[in-house]
Amino acid sequence: MKIFNFKLTIFLISIIFGVVFSFPSLMQTDYGKKVNLGLDLQGGLHMLLGVNTEEAVASKLKSIATAIKYFSDDEELLIDGLTVNDNSIYFSILDSDEIAKMDKMLKEIKGLDIAKEDLEYKVSLSSEEIVKTKEYSVVQAVETIRNRLDQFGLSEPTVIRQGDSDIVVQLPGIKTAQDEKAARDLISKAAKLELMAVDEDRMDRVYQMTSKEATAFGDVILEDTNDSNKKYLVKEIPILDGSQIVDAQVAFSQSNQPIINFTLNSAGARIFGDFTAKSVGKRLAIVLDGKVYSAPNINERIGGGSGQISGGFTVQEAGNVAIALRSGALLASVNLLEKRSVGPSLGADSIKASMIALVSGTILIFLFMIFYYRRAGIIANIALLANVFILLAVIALFGATLTLPGMAGIILTLGMAIDANVIINERIREVLRTGASVHKAIEDGYSNAIRAIMDGNITTFLVAIVLYAYGSGAIKGFAVTISIGILTSMLTSILGTHGIYQAIMSKIAKDKNNKKWFGVA
Amino acid sequence: MEIFNNNKTYDFMGKKIAFLSISGILIVASIFLLLTRGLNYGIDFVGGTIVQVKYDKAAPLDKIREVLENSKYAGSNVTEFGTKEEITIRFTGSSSSVTNDISDEMNKILVPTGNFEIRKIDMVGAKVGAELREKGIMALSMALLAMLIYIAARFEWRFAIASIIGLIHDVIITLGLISLFKIDVNLDMIAAILTLVGYTINDTIIVNDRIRESLQITKERDLDALINDSVSRTLSRTVLTSSTTQLAVLTMLIFGGEIIYAFSFTLFVGIIIGTYSSIFVVSPFIKFLGFNTDSYRSKQAIKAANRKEKEKLRAMYEQGRV
Repeated sequence: MKIFNFKLTIFLISIIFGVVFSFPSLMQTDYGKKVNLGLDLQGGLHMLLGVNTEEAVASKLKSIATAIKYFSDDEELLIDGLTVNDNSIYFSILDSDEIAKMDKMLKEIKGLDIAKEDLEYKVSLSSEEIVKTKEYSVVQAVETIRNRLDQFGLSEPTVIRQGDSDIVVQLPGIKTAQDEKAARDLISKAAKLELMAVDEDRMDRVYQMTSKEATAFGDVILEDTNDSNKKYLVKEIPILDGSQIVDAQVAFSQSNQPIINFTLNSAGARIFGDFTAKSVGKRLAIVLDGKVYSAPNINERIGGGSGQISGGFTVQEAGNVAIALRSGALLASVNLLEKRSVGPSLGADSIKASMIALVSGTILIFLFMIFYYRRAGIIANIALLANVFILLAVIALFGATLTLPGMAGIILTLGMAIDANVIINERIREVLRTGASVHKAIEDGYSNAIRAIMDGNITTFLVAIVLYAYGSGAIKGFAVTISIGILTSMLTSILGTHGIYQAIMSKIAKDKNNKKWFGVA
Repeated sequence: MEIFNNNKTYDFMGKKIAFLSISGILIVASIFLLLTRGLNYGIDFVGGTIVQVKYDKAAPLDKIREVLENSKYAGSNVTEFGTKEEITIRFTGSSSSVTNDISDEMNKILVPTGNFEIRKIDMVGAKVGAELREKGIMALSMALLAMLIYIAARFEWRFAIASIIGLIHDVIITLGLISLFKIDVNLDMIAAILTLVGYTINDTIIVNDRIRESLQITKERDLDALINDSVSRTLSRTVLTSSTTQLAVLTMLIFGGEIIYAFSFTLFVGIIIGTYSSIFVVSPFIKFLGFNTDSYRSKQAIKAANRKEKEKLRAMYEQGRV
């Protein structure tokens, strides 16, 4: 008697594979790959963020204006009326001999459309450059947010881009409302640091001025971060923006208040040095996200390229601001399009509820199969149990995420797996009734049933593929479990059970009452 | 144990008018319900916010409503959720600011109502809701199309159309019941309907397969007799599989609690309707669409002849004789 036939061997190997690789998930050991639980099952925060890409374009234009200002100051070109308006930079040059110099400088900046009328310049971004800038702002936002969350020390944050300008952020294992708020603050913080010159000539009139008047002077009115009644009038075009920051660290001032020390790169340090040398006696406003943190007097040239931000932080805030500054400013702000937060207790309840359903459902099916098909039912149950293990193992190895709809997919898969055995057993019974031998009944039963099972499975598989291609999050998870489940159930319910029958065929054949094996009277 | 005696043939086709009338009434009633009462779209599809709160004792519903009325969340809908301790607060707005958040505000507003824990917040912006809705419908229609093509290729176009009619029949009546029982339609629900679609198409294919097989192994010319025989012979399997699956779904419905209630409800009613339609509804349509046993057999015969001819040619090539 040949016990180990080809089919049985494959089945046994798959069972070993299934048990070994589902072990880490079932026992929650520290070794091996475990099934990834979706946020709906383990609790956590899911957000869909939209990037305001228009802002990136405006900010890019502003930094070009900063470059123009720095260049003309540095080369002592006289320019006038430098303003940024309606997606364009306007200025005029006073000396026509210097036009060539200015043109040469502008040519070095890529992606500009330059319109010139006599001495009047109008500089704007080309349409390709606008598309590129928007695209880059999303890529940069993904990287920056990921960077910040990594430094914040959350376990396994997911930050991925979705579509043109959306970002999916998933933070599993957020436990408290405070943690969640801190994470949200960190994500949304623009962290745009600007060093701006205070307009000393007009500063005295700031409380009488409207923002429209300020714009006419090329200035903006900014509030103090601690006292919204306190206002500053600063030059609209910043001296430096945060892109030149290479490092930011929390330190403590002499009065033991947390402050943030930042370091500029060499280009930034040079601009900063030049500006401070020229502006001794004036004030420098340190502006973070549109609010003035401090506006110290410049006493001397500041070389070395480092500065500090002080202004009533708590230690934790200072830490988060430093992380945000280090990871870079967001080129464009983000807004919240969708948020799903699941508390850890609810996640645990969901797992419990679906596990109870799954386990009690499976046990009921087990009992029913044994009751109806006797020993054939036991064989079908072995296949079903093996299917559960292998399915879990594959999900764990694939790194697929198990969600509530995914659990539903598993239940459907079990239904289809048991269905295959029902079809096969019914077919075997049919042949047995004609009085044929058990051997013929089993072989005919399998070959008759296989076509219907395959057609059913392939149709469902097709559905799963389509759903994966067109569906969103939850539907995708469902599609993945279904497709894996169809493959494993064909392996266990068709191939596996057939292998078992072939191995014990001679034993069944010797049994005089062998119809009882299939529950037929 | 045996439920159906496999040797007995039941006359399903003879009673098709009765069954189709029942289906027709159910479909008309469902469409009427869908048009008048409509579906209870959850926030996944229309946008809005749901906050699920659990108290350490029975939730003080009146007090909660009172504090909410005095806040910016006036007009919120507060309902019990599953147990006395747990409630949901639902409103149409959503916040687009990442930092200034509904959970922070709710945590403050609800302080006077007792000890609670915010278990879940779902906030979907209107734009995302519309997108999810479009994607869901798109996925469902593409899935239907894929099945249509596959069944048409494997069986015959009339089988494909009849199967899809059966599928649409099941989905419409299930949606009608969802509308009748005011179940929230969310993304989970789409997953449930898709599960149902997968399940019921499987049922239909098993019956179709039997009809195809009978066409090949018998000489029966009368389509009614052929269908009756095929459906009777698969009856045992159909009822068994439905019962085993229904056992699993029933435990979900009983023990799964509020969280998967919508899901298990949809499957529960859907499986009953799906089983019914694969037995009583799909096959009559194969006949209505003008399926003819003789022409099917002759087409198959021609196909078989062509295949034989090709094999013969190939054999001749392989042996080097042309």
